[in-house]
Amino acid sequence: MTDKLNATRRREPLTDAQLLMTISIGIFVAMYALAMIFMGGGFLKVQQIFDLLNDNAALIIVSCSLTIVMIGGGINISVGGVIGFTVMACAIFLNNNAEGSGFLSITLTVLLALGIGLGFGLLEGFLVSYLEIQPFIVTLAGMFLARGLTTILSVNPVKVAHEGFQELVKAKIKIPWLGYTAQNGNLIPAKLEIGAVVALCVVLLIYLMLRYVRFGRNIYALGGNRQSALMLGINVKRTCFWSYVLSGLLSGLAGFVFLMHKPAGNASVAMRSEMDAIAASIIGGTLLTGGVGNVVGTLFGVMILATIQKIIALSPLNASWWQEMASGAMLGFFIILQSVVLSHRGKGKK
Amino acid sequence: MTNQKKWVASLSQLLIPLVALGLLLLFNLFRDPGFFSIQVAVNNSGNRVLTGNLISIIDSASELAIIAMGMTLVTAACGGQDISVGAVGAISGAVLVKVLQAFGGITLGTILVALVVACLATICFKLFNGTLVAVFKIQPMIATLILYSCGRSIAYWINGDATPQLSSPVVSAIGMTIPGIPIPTPIFLVLLVGLLLALVFRFTNISLYTQSVGINQGAARLNGINPVVIKLLSFVLLGVCVSVASLIGVCRLGQLNHKTLLVDIEMDAILAVAIGGNNLGGGKFKLSGSILGAYIIQMLTTTLYAMKVSPVNVKAYKAIVIIVIVVAGSPVVKEKLTQLWKRLRGGTAGARKEVG
Repeated sequence: MTDKLNATRRREPLTDAQLLMTISIGIFVAMYALAMIFMGGGFLKVQQIFDLLNDNAALIIVSCSLTIVMIGGGINISVGGVIGFTVMACAIFLNNNAEGSGFLSITLTVLLALGIGLGFGLLEGFLVSYLEIQPFIVTLAGMFLARGLTTILSVNPVKVAHEGFQELVKAKIKIPWLGYTAQNGNLIPAKLEIGAVVALCVVLLIYLMLRYVRFGRNIYALGGNRQSALMLGINVKRTCFWSYVLSGLLSGLAGFVFLMHKPAGNASVAMRSEMDAIAASIIGGTLLTGGVGNVVGTLFGVMILATIQKIIALSPLNASWWQEMASGAMLGFFIILQSVVLSHRGKGKK
Repeated sequence: MTNQKKWVASLSQLLIPLVALGLLLLFNLFRDPGFFSIQVAVNNSGNRVLTGNLISIIDSASELAIIAMGMTLVTAACGGQDISVGAVGAISGAVLVKVLQAFGGITLGTILVALVVACLATICFKLFNGTLVAVFKIQPMIATLILYSCGRSIAYWINGDATPQLSSPVVSAIGMTIPGIPIPTPIFLVLLVGLLLALVFRFTNISLYTQSVGINQGAARLNGINPVVIKLLSFVLLGVCVSVASLIGVCRLGQLNHKTLLVDIEMDAILAVAIGGNNLGGGKFKLSGSILGAYIIQMLTTTLYAMKVSPVNVKAYKAIVIIVIVVAGSPVVKEKLTQLWKRLRGGTAGARKEVG
């Protein structure tokens, strides 16, 4: 009996998310196919997809962290700031420990990155869940704090000179059978950066967690209806708290991944990336009202945004303002589509 | 007695911002009494004007205060915030300058016409946001994310590559001071907008309707209020506020820069609304709280500048003060404090009984 009840409760929020996710995957495939037909060139190679993953690994991780918080009915706009601060702190730390053995100092850097993320997560989670302050304001303050701390560390860009880390940046996973033959007859294997692999692992882990772990299910319950989650005996405050901690931790990880892609700290690193992450989550079918969402959809949301940018960069309209207007129009299209689809389904049910 | 209770209730919302403002003033008094000095000086164009930290705080918070008023209405009616005000302000500025360039000369008349045109353009963009929110039932933050991400590009597209300069006595009169009047003009514009909104609220039911839509949309609809119209109206009013703020911003610098005009003001405006004790989830609101919040934010910034904190680092200190203010205003802390207060009073009452 209880199993049956649980099953119906569980399936309901997922179906909307699955529908929205299917739409976004369909649009991604259609867009990519059109790009293959009309742009040709790079889009015909597997490397192009890998490049999209390589360039946006940090954004994928941070979008997953936002998806978790948004499913729980909250919002976290400090993630971009936390990435910026993590990148700057790690870059300075690596430069100060340039002589130490490579492996140890890199491990310490990873711990530092995760520690910074954890710190922000704990602070924001406590303020949001236990003191019941609006998440927007708490994470806005978190963003100001992170950006301010970044410039206190250094106003000037810091380039990482650590040799061991440089090797890590250059390290790539080569997959020969997905490569292509260059004009001079050499086989160029497809290259995937470590950061992209980490990002894909994060997506998989979070997907499994949200689906099969009790904590993940609790987040859906919390976002779907806080009151009934409380009635069901879920510790609402603790769930909310840990969702923010996890989000902070993932932002720290995203910071390290960002540093692996571009090994330099800068005050403007990941500026506005929180808004990109929110946009990616929404395009992937997460609702800001909470209770509905899926990280696989989020992955495709990031890929859609990245593909739009790539298409515009390769087209004659290559200007940043065209890029922004196109992504804005795309976002608007998705938002209206979601609203129409959901309201249509709502009518069908009744 | 009941009157007194009402008065106390209305004051309790403003208590935290007032205390915060008072503490900031006290802090400045102990740090450097010279912070409060106001002098009469002669500015570049030969006018006698008042200068001093206090004047500059009130002057430079003008745009923020005006936008915070509009933001309060949108927050109250829709239960969410508009994050596109900065970008739409840039569009409004671009339209304003475009119209002025089409006229050729800059006089008070052409500026007024340009302001009206810019206002209409802004209202169109805000109606787009408002339609998404009210008709398509999309969260305000998401609906305005579209213009947040591409608004400045539209402003760039309207005005082309350049950062046009406006040099005219009329422009400096609006952005700085009118000859003969020692107080900066933006302060009067804030008063004007505040007064207009106050009059609208005094003689119409808009304030009541907005609150009821924000508290319970379904109940408001059953009582004959059209939530769609009220939400659209709040966006239109915000649009007017944004246009006026963008006029001040353009005139203050005497030039239009689509990248820096009203940049990041959306975050500050939302903060002002929250610091003013308004619920970001909609419902009851107090314009005075938001205006107070705007001046607190500006005072904080100016205090930090006066303490020789470098402008790029200001954000970190600002964040700490904001966290302290919102923690003090949080429902849980308030409840704990009320309990403590009751226990203290209960304790003394009990002691009196024992004595009696």
